[in-house]
Amino acid sequence: MTGALSTRQRNGRRFINAVAVAAMLYLFAPIAMIVLFSFNNPKGKFNIVWRGFTLKNWAHPFASPELTDALMVSLKVAVISTACATMLGTMIALSLSRYKFKGSGVVNLFLVLPLTSPEIVLGSSLATLFIARGTSFGYLTVIIAHIMFQVSFVAVTLRARIRGFDWTLEQAAMDLGATPQRAFWKVTFPLILPGILAAALLSFALSIDDFIITFFNAGSLVTFPLQIFGASRVAIPPQINVLATMILMGSISLMVIGFVVGARRQRKAMGPVTSGK
Amino acid sequence: MLVVAAGAVSLGAGWVSGPAAIGVLSLMLVAVLGIVWTAFVGGLETRRALAPYGLLKPGILWLCLFFLAPLWSMLEMSLSAKKSRFDFSPSFSWHWGNYATALTDFGPQFGRSFFYAAAATVLTLLIGYPLAYVIAFRGGKFKSVLLGLVAVPFFTSYLIRTLAWQNLLADEGPIVGLINKLGVEQVFEWLHIMDNGRLMNTPAAVIGGLTYNFLPFMILPIFVSLEKIDARLVDAAMDLYSTATGAFRKVVLPMSLPGVFAGSLLVFIPAAGDFVNAQFLGSPQTTMIGNSIQDQFLRQLNYPVATAMSFVLMSVITVSVLVYAKFMGTEELM
Repeated sequence: MTGALSTRQRNGRRFINAVAVAAMLYLFAPIAMIVLFSFNNPKGKFNIVWRGFTLKNWAHPFASPELTDALMVSLKVAVISTACATMLGTMIALSLSRYKFKGSGVVNLFLVLPLTSPEIVLGSSLATLFIARGTSFGYLTVIIAHIMFQVSFVAVTLRARIRGFDWTLEQAAMDLGATPQRAFWKVTFPLILPGILAAALLSFALSIDDFIITFFNAGSLVTFPLQIFGASRVAIPPQINVLATMILMGSISLMVIGFVVGARRQRKAMGPVTSGK
Repeated sequence: MLVVAAGAVSLGAGWVSGPAAIGVLSLMLVAVLGIVWTAFVGGLETRRALAPYGLLKPGILWLCLFFLAPLWSMLEMSLSAKKSRFDFSPSFSWHWGNYATALTDFGPQFGRSFFYAAAATVLTLLIGYPLAYVIAFRGGKFKSVLLGLVAVPFFTSYLIRTLAWQNLLADEGPIVGLINKLGVEQVFEWLHIMDNGRLMNTPAAVIGGLTYNFLPFMILPIFVSLEKIDARLVDAAMDLYSTATGAFRKVVLPMSLPGVFAGSLLVFIPAAGDFVNAQFLGSPQTTMIGNSIQDQFLRQLNYPVATAMSFVLMSVITVSVLVYAKFMGTEELM
């Protein structure tokens, strides 16, 4: 088929490839800027125009205490909310994929709704509820808000991951005398654990990066995105870029490790007979 | 289960208070105890029948309390009237005037939001589809690496990414410099991308920021639907004397429409409610409805009008999603 391409077809292919390359460049242009400007030596308060190369921002990555404190707040919120949301979301996903029951269609729709509502609506409506109830804003309200959108996210992504899971394995374990609990923890759970971890990691990232919903429900609590937003009006220290580059490097290395481990597993699994999914 | 959920919503939304609240609480307690008791007394079969509800309960209750109930209190607030400018706990009074204010005073912001979001959706589709196509059909063994690369930019914070566009678009930044060097300012001015030699603080900058920030939400679903397509179908079409474009139009494109549909929703909905891009890259002439809601809610503390705007935003989005679903003929995807 490749040999029979006309010039026009080949040009068409080249054009589409060029668009794809341009799209990749577009995706990475701001990232390159973030990394580059972490080495900038800005005059004044705004790190917007290139003034020359320096390493001093990297020598003092935590020079801005407000930024570091905000990052710690974000991490605390994300750890707690992710733990709760993963538990609740996993239970929902298990219930929806393991059992056929009345009302599962309604539950499905209900789960997607928070993900398809604009964040500003979720944030402002939750804040309205807290104001009407007289709840004071702070850690509690932010964590509640994060769990709210994370539960849906975990449930929906995990359900997609374990669609097609072979539930007869659990049945087999029980036929061999395992109690339902033991069959679940020894057979099902280890098999769906990678899916749970992936969903938890993604929802952790959502929580760390959430701005709009948090903005409405934080009160005087300052998370990392809120700190950046506040700072962007008065001063943009280059440490923002340094921390962003660090976070980027961290996530890239996590991803690379994931790839390597996945590839190794796949190679191992190639050996014995694989009986479909 | 239903009793408990309804109880949670009604308590959350504050329909009931005082003695009635105690009544609702005890009703919920009885319902929960009832389930536990049936499970305890019943045999394995009953227990199995109740298991899904037991697993669902905590998560669904959370969503009832902190997703459904807030929508209700938002609706209630949007129909409340402020007694004075400094009345920060308005009371419910069927005050439809908030909606009139929302639509008349903030009409341009609504218009811009939907226009910018629609433009960003079209642009993400034009940029994202070819990229997803190349990764899915020509990626070979680098498929997953390339897909990972698409996700990498989104490991940095949303706000920092948007701030980086300030660097790129700044008056002394690289893009303006390149345009001036090539001497094509007039072209960009004519396309309304540049305004008086500036890229920053223009509608194009806001649309560009939205496009950038939501691009992966378009690429990933399209990739998923393209990857499912059996390449032999294209070969079959070609064997039956279809041209390459014909095969794409009649085979690949229709099969990738579910991805296009999902991607469009994932871009349009958050873009319409966004205010970060307009704040960082725009000007007072490019504010979107998100900016107004945020301003009215958090700065003016004018909750009734802010919630009325939120409600209008949500309704318009819901209606347009339904119309779009009808138009695409993909209701089953919902």
